Amino acid sequence: MTDDTNTLTRTAPDSGTEVSLPVHTDLLRLATAGSVDDGKSTLVGRLLHDTKSVLADQLDAVHRASADRGLDSPDLSLLVDGLRAEREQGITIDVAYRYFATPKRSFVLADTPGHVQYTRNTVTGASTAQLAVLLVDARKGVLEQTRRHAAVLALLGVPRLVLAVNKIDMVDFDESTYTGITEEFTRHALALGYGSRDVVTVPVSALHGDNVVERSERTPWYSGPSLLEHLETVPVAPDPHDAPFRMPVQFVIRPRTAEHPDYRGYAGQVAAGVIAEGDEVVVLPAGARSRVSQVDTPDGPTTRAAAGRSVTVLLEDDLDIARGDLIASADSAPRVTDELDATVCWLAEKPLRPGARVLVKQGASSVQAKVVELSARFDEQQLSKIDTPEALELNEIGRVQLRTSEALPIDDYADSRRTGSFLVIDPSDGTTLAAGLVGLPLSTLADSVA
Amino acid sequence: MTVRTSEVDDLALEETPAPEAPPQVDNLDALESEAIHIFREVAGEFDRPVILFSGGKDSTVLVHLALKAFRPAPVPFPLLHVDTGHNFEEVLGFRDDLVARHDLRLVVARVQDWIDDGRLSERPDGTRNPLQTQPLLEAIEQNRFDAVFGGGRRDEERARAKERVFSLRDSFGQWDPRRQRPELWNLYNGKHRAGEHMRVFPLSNWTELDVWRYIQREKIELSQMYYAHRREVFARDGMWLTSGPWGGPGEGETVTEKTVRYRTIGDGSCTGAVESEAYTVDDVIAEVAASRLTERGATRADDRVSEAAMEDRKREGYF
Repeated sequence: MTDDTNTLTRTAPDSGTEVSLPVHTDLLRLATAGSVDDGKSTLVGRLLHDTKSVLADQLDAVHRASADRGLDSPDLSLLVDGLRAEREQGITIDVAYRYFATPKRSFVLADTPGHVQYTRNTVTGASTAQLAVLLVDARKGVLEQTRRHAAVLALLGVPRLVLAVNKIDMVDFDESTYTGITEEFTRHALALGYGSRDVVTVPVSALHGDNVVERSERTPWYSGPSLLEHLETVPVAPDPHDAPFRMPVQFVIRPRTAEHPDYRGYAGQVAAGVIAEGDEVVVLPAGARSRVSQVDTPDGPTTRAAAGRSVTVLLEDDLDIARGDLIASADSAPRVTDELDATVCWLAEKPLRPGARVLVKQGASSVQAKVVELSARFDEQQLSKIDTPEALELNEIGRVQLRTSEALPIDDYADSRRTGSFLVIDPSDGTTLAAGLVGLPLSTLADSVA
Repeated sequence: MTVRTSEVDDLALEETPAPEAPPQVDNLDALESEAIHIFREVAGEFDRPVILFSGGKDSTVLVHLALKAFRPAPVPFPLLHVDTGHNFEEVLGFRDDLVARHDLRLVVARVQDWIDDGRLSERPDGTRNPLQTQPLLEAIEQNRFDAVFGGGRRDEERARAKERVFSLRDSFGQWDPRRQRPELWNLYNGKHRAGEHMRVFPLSNWTELDVWRYIQREKIELSQMYYAHRREVFARDGMWLTSGPWGGPGEGETVTEKTVRYRTIGDGSCTGAVESEAYTVDDVIAEVAASRLTERGATRADDRVSEAAMEDRKREGYF
């Protein structure tokens, strides 16, 4: 425990000269996942602490709270377990977002709980993540939860995984224990469709800091980067600029002022591809074609805007366009259909049964839908499927056929995370029931169906 | 994870880039686009949104983003200010200027009215921050606001780190952290029943430093209280407080003149100033980057009450 105390005192600045100032502002969005007691909150606390993202008053609060609990060293998990019930029970209940930066990169981290009943939070964290850090306890190895989480991460299209084999100190820094775990995990990840270069494994001790920020001398057999070094240097999957253009219309801007009597712009965030003045586009579901006359950004007109940018698009022709429509590249338009073949992660206590009436929110449109068929439930453990189950329960993943009240322009999730995803909503109380992915994004599951 | 002081100085001295300079790869662009997307979703899905405006830097940035989201059309919703009656004069003046300059609409809910007619009573410690909740909820109900934008950021406090961008409140305005809706991709679920409303936080993913860098980049005008100035103050609980209608120095507390600035702006009774020589936005950025204290820890007495002070207030309907 002396190690910890020393590290903690080192954060107090020796002088006013040491500051962490993110000058480079490349952004990595990551999520953590793991089973209960794998030490996720401690690892996140350690990352924040050792990147000097924890300020003195937060650290004082952790010291005080740890002392109140009779601990003789500060419990770093108290930095992130923000809710009263979490601190009382020593567990993480809800996904927490954390922000830290190093001179190389800024990070948005979604810290997700490991309890089975909170797997829906892993789905939440994974939906926007470019990388996921999956924790296992070196003493326990790869568990059912580990395999389940890896499958969920693969399904949601998180491009890169890091397996952090935590509590390596508790197995006396034993290389063969580590190797056994990483081989088993890598086999599972490859079966889920990950390439071998997409999966990196690191032996760590979140409690003592080994290989979290600094490489540890206690794992001489490990020659790879520390966890943070990897997070700082891993290539961020770029927004797919070469993908065909997609933009759901969120709002029609019509000032009708003396200065702008005829301005009519379609406001939205570019979901995929690039839009430029002169581009030929199609407006879906109606199918009318036009040409882009102007692209406005919040800072004025621009010649082109790429995925992620919020813009306002003006067209040459006067078309009837409203919120919920999709403006897409005329050359490569998505299909328009009222029949959705999709994979759903069920996130509600109330089970899904065939025949249910629901709302579907996709892009900027919300439509009524009926669950025509529940054709399969997937067992992510065995990577197998169960045909026509009676229902889909909380945290289960299945394949459904939906019929929507209006036709929607959709892509497969595997091709476009933004336009191939949807929410399933309970029309009676507005609860979010499921995360929906168009098609069968997980190739292994597709194979098992074939 | 540290840089030398010289680099900080370089940054502070750096000129604002000329408009024709190529766009930098910057996370501020991503954060701005995300916030604008959130504003437009709310405008598209709700009937009566409102921006909760305190006069502080975060709500000033919110107004700036709202103006950009709907340009060249006007912002399609009003501002709501809960006036504790203990607001700094400078802040009220700044608020009125901003509203006039951008031709915005302003709704004010006054805590003083509630105290005057006995619906609320002054607390023994004189702080009025916790008293804002009831007037806020009543203003939401009376005006039938169904979406209320707030400037809350997840980096501010542990309970806020668990907040959603779209946060559903029941008819009592309460937040139940165990029943939050999962928030997936950038698909926000705005469904709510009659009497319920949504709190919406477009700055969720911003840090204090992001906010300041954005203020610098966009040249956003703030209340001058955020920059170093001479002020008569007295020390209490490790903070520099100002005398005002909310009270003055107690016995044994002496007033001195200091060069100070505010890192947060709230109720005068519980918002403290810090000693600072940061006269410009560049100075402030260097100071925030080097600070060893969070903005709330440094200057907000209301968050120091207990480990769960913020969570408890949020559950009751506070922002």
